Amino acid sequence: MPDTTAPIREVKKTTCYMCACRCGIRVHLEDGRVRYIDGNPEHPLNQGVICAKGSSGIMKQYSPARLTKPLLRKPGAERGAGAFEPISWEQAFSILSERLAKIRASDPKKFALFTGRDQMQALTGLFARQFGTPNYAAHGGFCSVNMAAGMIYTIGGSFWEFGGPDLDRAKLFVMIGTAEDHHSNPMKIALSKFKRNGGRFVSINPVRTGYSAIADEWVPIRPGTDGALLLAIIHEIIAQGLYDRDFLVRYTNAGQLVNLDEKSDEFGMFLRTEVPEEEGCFDPQNKLWWDRAANKPVVTHTEGCDPYLLGEFKLSDGTPVKPSFQLLQERVKDYTPEWAEGLTGIPAATIRRLAQEMGVTARDQKIELPIAWTDSWGKDHDTVTGNPVAFHAMRGLAAHSNGFHTIRALAILMSLLGTIDRPGGFRHKAPFPRPIPPCAKTPNTPLAVKPNSPLDGMALGWPAEPDDLFVDEAGKPVRIDKAFSWEYPLSVHGLMHNVITNAWRGDPYHIDTLLIFMANMAWNSTMNTAEVRKMLNDKDEQGEYRIPFIAVCDAFQSEMTAFADLVLPDTTYLERHDVMSMLDRPISEFDGPVDSVRIPVLPPTGECKPFQEVLIELGTRLKLPAFTTKEGVRKYRDYPDFIVNYETEPGSGIGFLAGWRGRGGEKFMRGEPNPRQWEMYSQNDCVYHHELPKSYQYMRNWNQGYLDWSQRSRITRYAEPILIHLYSEVLQKFRLAAQGKGITRKPPEHLKRRIETYFDPLPFYFDPLEVQATDTRQYPLAAVTQRPMAMYHSWDSQNAWLRQIHAHNYLFVNARTARLAGIDDGDWIRVESQWGKVRCMARHSEAVEPGTVWTWNAIGKAAGAWNLTPDANESRLGFLLNHVISEELPEGGRRISNSDPITGQAAWYDVRVRISKVSPGETAETSPQFAPLKPYPGQEERKSLWSFVAGRRP
Amino acid sequence: MTQLALVIDLNVCVGCHACVTSCKEWNTSGQAGPLTDFNPYGADPTGTFFNRVQTFEVGEFPNTETVHFPKSCLHCEEPPCVPVCPTGASYKRKEDGIVLVDYDKCIGCKYCSWACPYGAREIDEQQKVMKKCTLCVDRIYDQSLPEIDRKPACVKACPTSARLFGDVHDPDSEVSKAIRESGGYQLMPEWGTQPANHYLPRRKTQLRIFDDELVRADNPLKIEGRLPKPAKSEPSLDDVTSW
Amino acid sequence: MHPAFSVIFLTTLIGVGQGLFLALFTVESYAAFDLLPKQASRFYALGSLVALGFLVAGLIASFFHLGHPERAWRSAAKWRTSWLSREVIVLPAFMGAVFLYGAAHFGGFNPVLATLPSGAPVNVTAILGVAGTALAFALFICTGMIYACLRFLQEWHTPLTVINYILLGGASGFVLTTALAAFAAPGVAGFLGGWAIILTTLAFIGRAAALLRNARLRPKSTLRTAIGVKHPRIVQKAQGAMGGSFNTREFFHGRTAGFLRQVKWVFLLMAFILPLGLLAGGFAAAAFVAQYLGLLAERWFFFAQANHPQNLYYQAVS
Repeated sequence: MPDTTAPIREVKKTTCYMCACRCGIRVHLEDGRVRYIDGNPEHPLNQGVICAKGSSGIMKQYSPARLTKPLLRKPGAERGAGAFEPISWEQAFSILSERLAKIRASDPKKFALFTGRDQMQALTGLFARQFGTPNYAAHGGFCSVNMAAGMIYTIGGSFWEFGGPDLDRAKLFVMIGTAEDHHSNPMKIALSKFKRNGGRFVSINPVRTGYSAIADEWVPIRPGTDGALLLAIIHEIIAQGLYDRDFLVRYTNAGQLVNLDEKSDEFGMFLRTEVPEEEGCFDPQNKLWWDRAANKPVVTHTEGCDPYLLGEFKLSDGTPVKPSFQLLQERVKDYTPEWAEGLTGIPAATIRRLAQEMGVTARDQKIELPIAWTDSWGKDHDTVTGNPVAFHAMRGLAAHSNGFHTIRALAILMSLLGTIDRPGGFRHKAPFPRPIPPCAKTPNTPLAVKPNSPLDGMALGWPAEPDDLFVDEAGKPVRIDKAFSWEYPLSVHGLMHNVITNAWRGDPYHIDTLLIFMANMAWNSTMNTAEVRKMLNDKDEQGEYRIPFIAVCDAFQSEMTAFADLVLPDTTYLERHDVMSMLDRPISEFDGPVDSVRIPVLPPTGECKPFQEVLIELGTRLKLPAFTTKEGVRKYRDYPDFIVNYETEPGSGIGFLAGWRGRGGEKFMRGEPNPRQWEMYSQNDCVYHHELPKSYQYMRNWNQGYLDWSQRSRITRYAEPILIHLYSEVLQKFRLAAQGKGITRKPPEHLKRRIETYFDPLPFYFDPLEVQATDTRQYPLAAVTQRPMAMYHSWDSQNAWLRQIHAHNYLFVNARTARLAGIDDGDWIRVESQWGKVRCMARHSEAVEPGTVWTWNAIGKAAGAWNLTPDANESRLGFLLNHVISEELPEGGRRISNSDPITGQAAWYDVRVRISKVSPGETAETSPQFAPLKPYPGQEERKSLWSFVAGRRP
Repeated sequence: MTQLALVIDLNVCVGCHACVTSCKEWNTSGQAGPLTDFNPYGADPTGTFFNRVQTFEVGEFPNTETVHFPKSCLHCEEPPCVPVCPTGASYKRKEDGIVLVDYDKCIGCKYCSWACPYGAREIDEQQKVMKKCTLCVDRIYDQSLPEIDRKPACVKACPTSARLFGDVHDPDSEVSKAIRESGGYQLMPEWGTQPANHYLPRRKTQLRIFDDELVRADNPLKIEGRLPKPAKSEPSLDDVTSW
Repeated sequence: MHPAFSVIFLTTLIGVGQGLFLALFTVESYAAFDLLPKQASRFYALGSLVALGFLVAGLIASFFHLGHPERAWRSAAKWRTSWLSREVIVLPAFMGAVFLYGAAHFGGFNPVLATLPSGAPVNVTAILGVAGTALAFALFICTGMIYACLRFLQEWHTPLTVINYILLGGASGFVLTTALAAFAAPGVAGFLGGWAIILTTLAFIGRAAALLRNARLRPKSTLRTAIGVKHPRIVQKAQGAMGGSFNTREFFHGRTAGFLRQVKWVFLLMAFILPLGLLAGGFAAAAFVAQYLGLLAERWFFFAQANHPQNLYYQAVS
């Protein structure tokens, strides 16, 4: 007889989603309850390890913050009060689809879809495009778009999903400006191996926590001055001749001649041969070098020629020209270490030493791998060379309004050292490298937005020139967030942080419906939180909401859900199908493309429905072409069916998943839909890993074998080399437009100076815009946040275990700075910027630069949110720094986003504050406070005592 | 005689708390569980954990080290918590040196926790018995698990492999080698408790660059004719001497 | 340490019981050698009853300290190694001895079993008294050693701990016996009062010596040894939990240093100076009440002052 008392044990594999890392996990179930989640040892990303968040997935799954029913705001209840009544999904769908159908039939841009830390941008983007609205983006604009744009516009790839440091082979690793953020487990795995192998790890950061803690050397730096440091290092590298000349000549545009005829419309552009080239989204190889031997211009990469990198020359027609490297050298001439010392607070001697360590390590510890490959110019190489100096950077560089140029400087430094896609340096991850810039483009006219039609182009793209901007005849933005407008021309991830303010103000226009997925725009994902909450609830003269309808899809009772008119309960990651798609942000490794899936291990809780199913249902009801046949009949049963059968174009063979395509699962990247695709992923640890031949694994910008393979696999359209843009023509094109040159569109008058200033083809240092607009004697301290490793990206459920580690937060202040301000350790203090103030507790620290104060991000919560008790530490003792950060800055009588003027990256880390002790007698509670939220219908009661045991007791 | 133990490498611990919650997760539903939480969603949430990661700052700015310090039961070779237990609930296993608590015998007098200088034991306020790290004794011998999974949950989880697990009495084990070769040390040696768990200290890698390494024959600036060289017109001895 | 009221009451109450019994048997012994007037059995029986009352009350208090009082019987198991286990054995044994001693007096069952060479009779109560005395001292030693044996609790790890348990228990017992004698055996009240003053004075000296010793203690463990980093400046920033833990609840008294100082002065006054004055003035009952309250403060202080090395790991949250 079978033992009926023994618990039923199962192990199911899927992909974690406690943060954005996407580790492979094994979920151990006991009698249908999650008993244990551990890392999947077979998974390439995490190799069996798991982090604090991943190990706390149980407490997310069974969190009382979970929403379980669709909810409609009670008639008469104010937004923000969180007063809802449960409705059926049918009601929810009909409310939404009726409303959206009307919008689509009149003016599709009145519908805006913005999503948070989701991993389904390929689908959400498709939905928005099919709907016909340009108003779509994910959270990249307020996350790290500078990191993506700054590097992709320079080397065709970036960090995190796009590429990363090869710490297996690096000898020197410099981490600059990571706020304990991306990447999580892979970085930890690599870093510990690197240290154990004797590598030298230097961390440049205002704060010494987490990764920086184990650095061999911590170099404290003032926030926002990384650009100055990097430019000074470049200065020193060039001055000492420590750059990899061969690499620069062959693989970058260092030797290309720049037209310096100021009268010419082509001023600042590369000179080109007359040879007509096929037009396309690639960099044609028609530029010139000045050959050293013949002392005359030649077409680049001409066999047997070697260009001058330095010097100035005159063409036969008298045009003065210089190699772009010469311009770079001139640019950094005055960026001396002594100059940078004054800005960064790092001694000049240290800057010099760092530059020399980088240069000498790159030069003297070369790696030669016996891997033969052929470059784009047909030259065979017997080996792959590596200069083992690796870098990693993230939000610390990105979240400043000067971040784009800082990151360009970093990418240029990495290129000078000859470390791009080479062993021990930076390595790309498929589908990167991309052409510079990548081919995707938005429409460039408001005419692309038409009733009852899909958007004629992508909602997000990569402008290559002013004519690519998404603006109208008058140069006004088409998008609600003003992305791809003259204000932020290269805002490749949109500006989600300005959507609510813009929609509220009706600038550039009013919208009707705002659908937010998984983004806490009424709290930690927004700047100027208190005001934005008011905007969400604000009404016009007629008593109508300024943003007429807000729908929010989330799995948890966030602060944002309280402001929704309609709440759609999402599932957790354990209850859904998902794809980490090559069309979006796959989890590729250095050695080849990888994509992966989630497969539900538990049934949905309550009436929860995955957001993908919501989109497919809505798309079907709205009869969007991608989701219905010509006759208007439903194409896809559900999301899994969609994933298997959707093709980018009929018969294209390209779908969301790259693995096991073709009828029998025999094809990769391209192939007919495979009805058993999910099953095959399921049998293979939920991950498809295509390892490239060794000869395709390096030098991929210029590796003909790889580029051909990539073209055959339809990863790229062109198999053309991707030269590194030390000197950026893209930026120069915008500058020329601002100078009134050429036949392209011209910026509106009031933005001409801005464009001309910031669209510099070479990186330069400027004080962040907010700092320029701040009296720094009044507000002397930079205030930044760090992402706590045990919480980051998991602050969406107030996890019972994790919140015991971080229940509330302090403002960390350098002990000396604090004492000078009369602030003792643990004192209640006020933190004021010119935009707002908070009350919180101070914690003395010796691990923070004296001009910086910082706190853990997103620990503070609104009272009662997330189904915490109103007296929970998060709301009474925890605080949100966002209250002192503005989403806009005044500029010449206008208001402009507090963002990078090039990319629209939210400048979170630019704020300047002052701190003071609160008066005696003030309440020992953080401020501001908000009226406590009450639990919504359908939420589980929160326990006051919990002895969690999965299954039955043995 | 076997003495199982953890060796914790502070050189690579980044303080991510993976060991903290993976331990909680495994053990709350395991033999040692439940690990009760009080006020899990209210003020001052508190619960039983077998493992905590703490943070210390060493030195003064700018010469500051931030040390992340995981701490759990050290499975002392001379465990002061064992002889003081009046019921024998607290015991050290002969076969592998693991210090355990027999919940059925524990009367919850907390005396063992007083006798532990490290604060490694936590009473379960719900079950009213003393609990502590078991080195996942319900994992490490479980023949139904594959070999690589027969490790404490914290060791399996640790993303930086900062937690090594093995027999510190076996001179050839990974842990013994690490202790020997990387300066492994014990906590509070002054009490003679002989903790089986060891810690490995921070180790620094420096790079020394000699001045002459900056001067190279193949300096690329030379190719450009840009190595510093005085102009012919600059003053020289030729201007002032005739010999 | 966090002073637990169960243990404060346990140790002070049984201390009184032990002291009281010792006082009774002292009187009986002196009387046996005709150094004191013989007392009626009723006095010893009553005294034993009161002692037993204190011991039972102490025992009950101790159960509040246990998570599983129903398993308390198990705690006799490890008498070879555990002073707590020994205490658990000796306490009931002592209670038994007190009971038998009191019962023998109460029942008048007190045959002479032998005669000493000096001619003094050795009767049943004498045997029981000697046994009880031995057990009382054994119990003092067990109780004291429970604390004194914890070598890293440096405030406790001294012979003074055991000596003071004996002296404080003895003093409080003698003071109470003096008060009892005031109406039950006035003939020995003066004798007992004298001993009460002597013991209270000795206890004062012993406790003061412990205070002086502890004031000069240097903690053997520091953050340097606790985490193994050799640097003079180490500061904790986070203990890994922000809502508190067993470690923050069990090992910290949670009061200010000023409060601790006040408690010290209160107990020095209440447990020693005031009772001495009251005893001298012949107010033994008042002296006992004052001294007992003082001892509660003293015991609270005894625990609070003990600085557990684990506290090094629990200094800060952030």
